[in-house]
Parts: sequence; structure tokens; C-alpha cells
Amino acid sequence: MYKLMLAWRYLRTRYIALASIVSVTLGVATLVVVNSVMSGFTHEMHKRLHGILSDMELMSPGLGEIYEPRAHIEEIRRALDEDLEALSAVVRVPALLHQTVNGRMITQQIILMGIDDQTYSHVSDFTPYLLNEQNRKQPDFQLKKGGYDGRLGEVGWPYRTQKAEFEREQRRLLEEAYGSKVTQAQPEVKAEGQKESEFAFVPIPVSPPVLSTDDESGNPQQAAGDSVMPQGADPFKAVRESEHTQIFDPATQQHPGIILGMALANRKFRDPETGDVRDVYINVPGDDIQITLPTGGSPPRPTFALCTVVDFYESKMHEYDSTLAFMPLSELQKIRQMFGPDGEGTVSSIQIKLKPGADLEAAKEKLVAMFPPDIYPYQIQTWKDVQRPLLAAVQLEITILNILLFLIIAVAGFGILATFFMIVVEKTKDIGILKALGAPSRGVMSIFLSYGLSLGFVGAGAGIVLGLLFVSNINEIAGLVERLTGREVFDPTIYYFSEIPTIIDPFTVVWIAVGAMAIAVLASVLPARHAAKLHPVEALRYE
Amino acid sequence: MNKTALASQESTGKGRRQSVAYARGNLLTAKSKAPIIRAVDVYKTYQKGRLKVPVLRGVDFQVEQGEFSAIIGQSGSGKSTLLHLLGTLDVPDQGEVFFGEERIDNLKAIKRDRIRNQEVGMIFQFYHLLPELTTLENVLTPKMISTGAFRYLLNRRQYIERARMLLELVGLGHRLNHKPRELSGGEMQRTAIARALISDPTLLLADEPTGNLDSQTGKDIMDLLQRLNRDEGVTIVMVTHDNEIASQADSVVRLVEGRVQKSRNQAA
Repeated sequence: MYKLMLAWRYLRTRYIALASIVSVTLGVATLVVVNSVMSGFTHEMHKRLHGILSDMELMSPGLGEIYEPRAHIEEIRRALDEDLEALSAVVRVPALLHQTVNGRMITQQIILMGIDDQTYSHVSDFTPYLLNEQNRKQPDFQLKKGGYDGRLGEVGWPYRTQKAEFEREQRRLLEEAYGSKVTQAQPEVKAEGQKESEFAFVPIPVSPPVLSTDDESGNPQQAAGDSVMPQGADPFKAVRESEHTQIFDPATQQHPGIILGMALANRKFRDPETGDVRDVYINVPGDDIQITLPTGGSPPRPTFALCTVVDFYESKMHEYDSTLAFMPLSELQKIRQMFGPDGEGTVSSIQIKLKPGADLEAAKEKLVAMFPPDIYPYQIQTWKDVQRPLLAAVQLEITILNILLFLIIAVAGFGILATFFMIVVEKTKDIGILKALGAPSRGVMSIFLSYGLSLGFVGAGAGIVLGLLFVSNINEIAGLVERLTGREVFDPTIYYFSEIPTIIDPFTVVWIAVGAMAIAVLASVLPARHAAKLHPVEALRYE
Repeated sequence: MNKTALASQESTGKGRRQSVAYARGNLLTAKSKAPIIRAVDVYKTYQKGRLKVPVLRGVDFQVEQGEFSAIIGQSGSGKSTLLHLLGTLDVPDQGEVFFGEERIDNLKAIKRDRIRNQEVGMIFQFYHLLPELTTLENVLTPKMISTGAFRYLLNRRQYIERARMLLELVGLGHRLNHKPRELSGGEMQRTAIARALISDPTLLLADEPTGNLDSQTGKDIMDLLQRLNRDEGVTIVMVTHDNEIASQADSVVRLVEGRVQKSRNQAA
């Protein structure tokens, strides 16, 4: 009883000891904050990395092809059995993306993914990252009338129609002013799609209404014919109005749809006057772009395709947003002429999603056993294999941070040790009194041990409260720091998240608290032993 | 007030109170009884750096039940050391200490702690109260030490009642919730006496109880000790360097350079 009472009284009257545990408090608070933010980051990263990567894939490295994908899929289904959740075959090919900005063409390197819009969203988080609300439900590579993200402004069909009409009107005015030759002399005033049609691209037949041939005015003869014909005597009128027209009208028709990674079309920059971060779009849904890509077979030859941007993909992982573009699998197979001897389209990878809780490594071993690497030229890898260097680096970072921060608490432990020795020396006489009154050495020792424990408890408790408060208000604090220093903590031109992600793991918090209290108790062991060993007579004589 | 307090103490007294009454009734015959505490040929040497300082050099000493005994001597004569040996605060290098019939100097530390807590009450020159605790809590400390937290909380009211009664007995009923630093020297010594009595001890050891007090307060304390000895039958061993104080005791033992010089029985 006296132990608890005295430990309590010492706790309440010795403020210097409380000062010595401020470092414990700060250490614990920092640990809580760092662990929460790090696990928030890691979780967000895992989610994004994993989201787009699917659990596992069977891929043919480089430009290699998997023939007879349907047979492969059947085999995989048989191998994985009940672990399997979904499968999707994709074509992945490096390509060049040509965009026209103010009449100038820029070329970027991309990874073009041909996906099956029915099954692909089952193996990876694809749809949630799309900016069109209809596509988020079921992507179909058709340009939409509306439902795009508000950031983009008015895009889609209304934009495309308006743009086509504006260009037609502009061309008409130029033709009036300069005569019919203007269309040939001034090709840059045409829309990108029309100009790019100069490439001698004769694709394999594609399904209507997606057409690869040029519209009427892109044809010089036709344009010339148009301008000389009197109004109302257009010989092509009937054709143009017929339902099965082969003439492409950009105001009402689109090329094969392509979904671009957000960062391919979007540039963020800071307005020098206001300091705000602004978005500039090189392309928006409704614009046409051109791609250059290698054909299948060997050796690959370059081929070209015109596509209409139908949506953006924004996973907020810069690595993906700046390299990936998606097309329908069948279109890409046609463009690249990827067909096996039996006429079945070939693919470059089969993406696999496992049931929740299924063992990733075991599934991988099953597939490796089914497609032995010495027979099949396939690479079988899980999403963790793909991102192993990054995941390992982050894990190492977390481990080292934890060790360093615990060292801080250990330093605080030495502070407690010193303070406790001071208190024991100061309390020498009281220890003598207690012993003279019959308190056993063990009792005296436990006074100081429970004192240490309660200091640790107070320190760790305050630290956890502080840390949790910090974590729950971390965005406000970041905002405050921004205002005070004038520097942005997280520059939105670099980081895609506007809020700092945090996850509070109760187990980690408890672990930190227990660790801090253990350090406080350990630090009080030596002084407590010293106190217990004091000789009562000498202690009483102490002044 | 004291009388009612004493009366209430009598009424709450247990078996030992009867033996006290017996001792009081047979004051003269009590002297011939077996001694309550006895030191036989004890030696004690202190190490001061490399020097060995002999403090006690073969002291024989004994006190009988109900006796008020004084040990007198100059500074360094070993009188406090002897008291510490009697109170099991220290162990002799050589010789034996008996409490009743039991030899106590070679007991395990934990058992000596128990004797110190239960059987012996101690009073010091510098009071030695715990500064963090109030008067009442200081008096309760030995009870807190002897009982576990749970049992203490269970019997709290009873203990507090007894502590309150003892404080009234020493005339401090109005100072229950004061911290030691708010008390005068005499009041602190009274608190220490109440604390020494809480465990209902057989023996009260007082180390210069008046040494730090002015003569009037010292006299009050001596009156209190004498009253305890006379009315309550508490056996008291008191160390002092003051002949006048010592003369109020039943018997006086003089220590000179670690040896008993002369023993005289005043009551005889």
C-alpha cells in the first residue's frame, strides 16, 4: 500500500521527473505518427501497385506472344482450381504516342495495353480510376456525351462535334479567301486526325462505325469538287446521308477508343503570379491522337493507328499514369496483326486474380509446375515480384525509422535513469525511515519500480494521445506549416495525393506503449536496486 | 480529552492490554521478570575509509517489561549504535541480541523487518517523518507496510480510527491533515511517537527524542513518554546525552567508549 501511495506522491510532487519523461512522450508520439503515416503510405502504395497489376500474371517477355490463349486459360483454370477468381488476357506492347499541341506534334513513349473490357476489370482495379462515370461502371471505349470529371470541363461528344464544326467552318472561310488550293497549301489548319491521315495507313478492316478512312474534306479531290459544285447539286449528298456511309465524319464518328494515362495528357504547373497549381490538358476526351507501334510476328515492323481519346485513367501512381494507355484487345490485335496459325488472336500476357486469402506463392508454384520455364518461354510473376525493389526499400525504411526512434526512447531511458538516481539520493533519508519502520528491501525497490512504471505509463500515454491527435489532424498541421513557412509540404505537382494517408494500427500503438514503459521500468531498475541496498542506519544518518 | 482517548484505547485493547494492566499492577514484581530485550556481549566496528572504528566493545544490556530505561553517554560512546542493534536496524559483529526468548540478530532480513514493524516502535532525534505524507498518513505508514494493499483498503476505517485516537493521545487531534513541514518540532516528535505506537509495539526505542527541541517542548515530550510508560505500560529504552533527561528514567546505563560503565537502578 505504502508503495503505491509513495510512488503516487512522488509522481505528483516531483515535476523534474515528469520533465525527464517528456522525451519518452515525444519519442512515443513520433513513433505513433511515423508508423501511422508510413503504413498509410505503404497501404496506399500497395493498393495502387496491386490494383493495376493483378495478383499474378503469365507473360511472354518482350514482344513475345502467347498463342492459343483460350487453351492456356483453360489450363490455368484447371491448375488453380478453386483458388482462381478471374482471368483476363491482355496485349502489352511498347508504343509511341503522337499528340498535337498547337499544331506541333509531340511524341511520347507509352505502354499500350490491349484489354478485354468485359474481364479486365475483374483482375485489376481499372475501372475505379477512370474519369467517366459510365466507364467506371462498365468501360466500353466509346466516347461519351457527358459524365466526365469536372476538372476536364466540357469534353466528350459535345466537344468533338463543336471542334469538328469549327474546323470545317474555318476551312470554308480559308477556301473562300484563298480558293480551293488552300487545303493543300495549309495542311496545319486541319484537325489532327485529318492531317495524320497523310500516313499511308491501311488497316485491316475494322468494325463500323469506327472507321479509319478519312472524312470527305480530307480528300483533296473531293474537297475541290465540293467547292466548285453549286449549292444543292452535291453528287455525294446521297452517299453522305446514307446510313452505311464509308465517309468518316469527325463530328459524329470516332476512331478506335483509347484511354490515356492522366499524366500523358495532363501537365501540372504552378502559376507564377498566384502560386496556385494549375492543370493543362494536351488532349481531352474527344481529341484524336496517333500511335506508332510494332506489329506482331517477326521481325516486327512499325505500324500506325488513329485513335480517339475516350477517357483518362488516373491511378495517382505517376509511374502508371505517365506510361499506360488502354485499347480494346480486339482492336489492338487487328492493328498489330496478332493472329496465330489457327486464326485465334494471340496475347502477350494472361492476368490472374486469386480468391481473397489464397496463397500467392503456392499458386505461383503450381503455374510454374504447369508451364516449366525450360519448356515454355513464359515468365510467371506475382505483383510482389514485379514491385519487389520498391516494396523492399519501403520496408527497410520503416524498419530503420523504428529502430532510430526507439533509440530516441532509449536515450530518454538514460534520462530517467539519471533522474531516478537523483531522486533516490534525495530520498535516501525517506528510504532509511521506511526501512526503520520495517519496510523490506523488496518493498523499497518496488516503490521505485512502480514509480518508473507509472512515469513510463504517463509518458507513453501522453505520447500516444499526442501522436493520435497529430495523426488525426495531420492535414491541418501540414496546412499550418505551409502557411507559416510559405512552402508546400506536399507539392501537388509531385505528389498525386492532396491528403496525407494515415493508418493507425492498434497493435503497433500498443506495442510502442509497452516498449516505452518497459524502457522506463528498465531504467528505474538500477536506481531501485541502489535504494533497496541502502543500509537503514546510514540512510537515516544521511543529511 | 486524553482521558477519554485512553479510556477508548483501553476498551479497544486486546490481549496485550491485560498483560499491561498486569505489569502495571505488579510494577515491583515485574522487574524480576524475564527481560523483554537483551544484548549479550555485543561488539560493533564501523569502517571509516581504511580505518576500523570500534564502537561497541562487549556491551551487556537488558530491559525488563514495563521499564523505562535510559542509555546515557557522550557522542561517539556507541549509545545510538546499541539502540540500533536492539531495534534490529543493524546487526552486531559479535555477540547476541534476544527479543524475549528469541535470538534476533541472526535472523533473515525479512524476519527482522517484521520485528521492527510489529514489535518495536522507534522515535528519532530528527523525527524522520515522510515529507510527502500528512500527519495521519505518517502515523499509518507502519500499518501500510505490514498489510497488503487489499487488506489495508478493507480495514482502512479501523486503522484510521486507531491512528486518529493515537494522535489525540499525543495531543495532535487537530493536525491530522498537515504535512510535516507545517508542524513545529514538538508536534513532529509527537507524530513520530504516535507512529511508533500504531503497531501496538512491545518496546519503544527513542533516540535522543528531546535532542532537537527546546527545554519546554522537550519536557512535554518526556512527560508524554513517562505517561505512556506509566499509564500504558509501554517498555521504553531512551538514548540521551543529557543527565537531567536521563534522570527521569527508571534505570540508567552509562556507556563510555563502547563499554558499560555503570548501571544504577533509580527505581530501586
